[in-house]
Amino acid sequence: MAEQTHRELIEQLMRSRPHFAEAIAYLASLDTGLHGELDLSAERRRWDHELITQLIAPGSSVLDIGCGDGELLRKLHAEKQVRGQGVEKTAELAVQAVERGVPVIQLDVDQGLAGFPDASFDYVVLEETLQTVGQPAKVLGEVLRIGREGIVSFPNFGNWWVRTQLLIEGRMPVTPKFPFTWHGTPNIHVLTVRDFEGWCESAGVTVRAAYAYADGQYHELIPADNVLAEEALFVISR
Amino acid sequence: MSDPVDARTGPERREPDAPDSPRSVGWTRPQHVRLADAENPLPLDGGGLLAPVDVEFETYGELSPARDNAILIFHALSGDAHVAGWDETWREYGRNWRSKRPGWWDEMVGPGKAFDTDRYFVICANGLGSCYGTTGPSSTDHETGRPFGLRYPVVTVGDWVRLQVRLLDHLGIDKLVAASGGSLGGQQAIELGLAYPERVEGLIVLAAAARLSTQGLAFNYVARHAITNDPRFHGGDYYDQFETPDGGLGIARMIGHITYLSETSMWRKFARRWQAGGGPGYSFDIEFEVESYLNHQAEAFSERFDANSYLYITKAADYYDPAERYGEGDLATACRRARGKWLVASFTSDWLYTPAACQELVHALVASGKPVSYINIHSSYGHDAFLLEVEWVDRLVRGFLAGLGNHG
Repeated sequence: MAEQTHRELIEQLMRSRPHFAEAIAYLASLDTGLHGELDLSAERRRWDHELITQLIAPGSSVLDIGCGDGELLRKLHAEKQVRGQGVEKTAELAVQAVERGVPVIQLDVDQGLAGFPDASFDYVVLEETLQTVGQPAKVLGEVLRIGREGIVSFPNFGNWWVRTQLLIEGRMPVTPKFPFTWHGTPNIHVLTVRDFEGWCESAGVTVRAAYAYADGQYHELIPADNVLAEEALFVISR
Repeated sequence: MSDPVDARTGPERREPDAPDSPRSVGWTRPQHVRLADAENPLPLDGGGLLAPVDVEFETYGELSPARDNAILIFHALSGDAHVAGWDETWREYGRNWRSKRPGWWDEMVGPGKAFDTDRYFVICANGLGSCYGTTGPSSTDHETGRPFGLRYPVVTVGDWVRLQVRLLDHLGIDKLVAASGGSLGGQQAIELGLAYPERVEGLIVLAAAARLSTQGLAFNYVARHAITNDPRFHGGDYYDQFETPDGGLGIARMIGHITYLSETSMWRKFARRWQAGGGPGYSFDIEFEVESYLNHQAEAFSERFDANSYLYITKAADYYDPAERYGEGDLATACRRARGKWLVASFTSDWLYTPAACQELVHALVASGKPVSYINIHSSYGHDAFLLEVEWVDRLVRGFLAGLGNHG
């Protein structure tokens, strides 16, 4: 009964709102099957690794907060001769970083980054981590204190796919960028591109550059990216 | 610093690799060298000079022609130079316990193991003041022709490492690939990294903080108190006596053992079980399994260790404080001397060198801009975990050694 109503609603929407057709087609193909666990594929991260590698000056120092298995720092060292230091909460990933030859400290950023002196790194990278921390504003403050520049990327909760899932299905969105169930997600502080821009403005933080990732490629951020971008990356400084 | 590693498997101790196993370094022999004599005595932190100083050490693997593949391992309080393999001289030196088991870190040192002896030249020397072949309080004082006893000078971790560097000079090794140790051995690695930063590329510090806690000082004091108050101590001159201060040394060892375990590991090991035939006997005999275990440890230790060495080594541990030594009280200042890369690992249930204490070193290295890796390994085995959580330590050491030279 409920399922029929749901399908009817979708069909009705597709007829009356042709510009939603693509979104609905995606949604239909989901078959709510995405409400399981998705593989965090390497593809998901590769784009910002590539972009960050381009953004970072050769020979600089980089602190990667939430460095995972250390792949970005390994790449930055290999391609940009970067002096890298990682921080990772999950022990298994931290050990993998050590195995890649990347210096990593197992540390929960919510417990504080006070051990890192002011302006001790050229860049502090916060890649796909902001939405998982307990106190995002505090962590962003630390990023800007420790680094001369911060490079912050996050999945965009304002993306049309996210919006339509919540709107049409009435369930917490599960997309390739938000691949977890509501009860199993580490993403406890989801945000949109516009949210981040708003925070920068209110916190007096300068946006030096901003990029969006959608449909398998990245570009300089445009206003429509609050809807279009799957992920966003900001270069910020005080 | 949290979210510790989940020890995936408990350390069910495997059968040790037999001497003919391809994973064992096989049969070993200790080597001896005089590293200080009247013309070139060893200067001591406490003032004064010590000579002669003989050192017992072992090596495994081959030193490369460029002499650039050496790794130095430091042993802890009660350890010796016999890290790996089977000592073919155990009878000769009366070291009976070595007939039953391989060296103390055999699981980590050998062909294909983390400290891969097919690749690295691994060195371990018995520390100054110990009783396994290096000049210590039980050695003959050439001035009197009798054992030193308490006439042996109080030595420090700094003195120990100064002597080990003389061994490197003797072996013609300018720079080590890495130096590694757990507990008091880890503190020697710290000292080497700060006193001789140009001599080592990678420092591996396991279950060791820069300095001992007040609680640690207290335990060591009680241990020494037990020894010096044993009526058979005779002011340290017990070597020619019929009885030696085994009771006091045994108590010291029991205290030590308790600090090496954790509440959880003791429960798992003994719970409140009775000795065989159990039940309360309404007496003061040994009744609980844990009592029997401690008693056994005390007796076995007294047979193989020298009470005076215990005094000297714990004293050195108590004194060590690199913040005072190199940083006017500030560890980060001291760490500015460091070069190379550091790996620090703590163990969640270690209450002797707690994770928080180990993290002080990590933070100091970070604050001084040094590349450092740190993992807090989840383990219920207490301080002993650095020897027991082989799987994790193996992965870390392998990864760290592989990364040396690969990453800036």
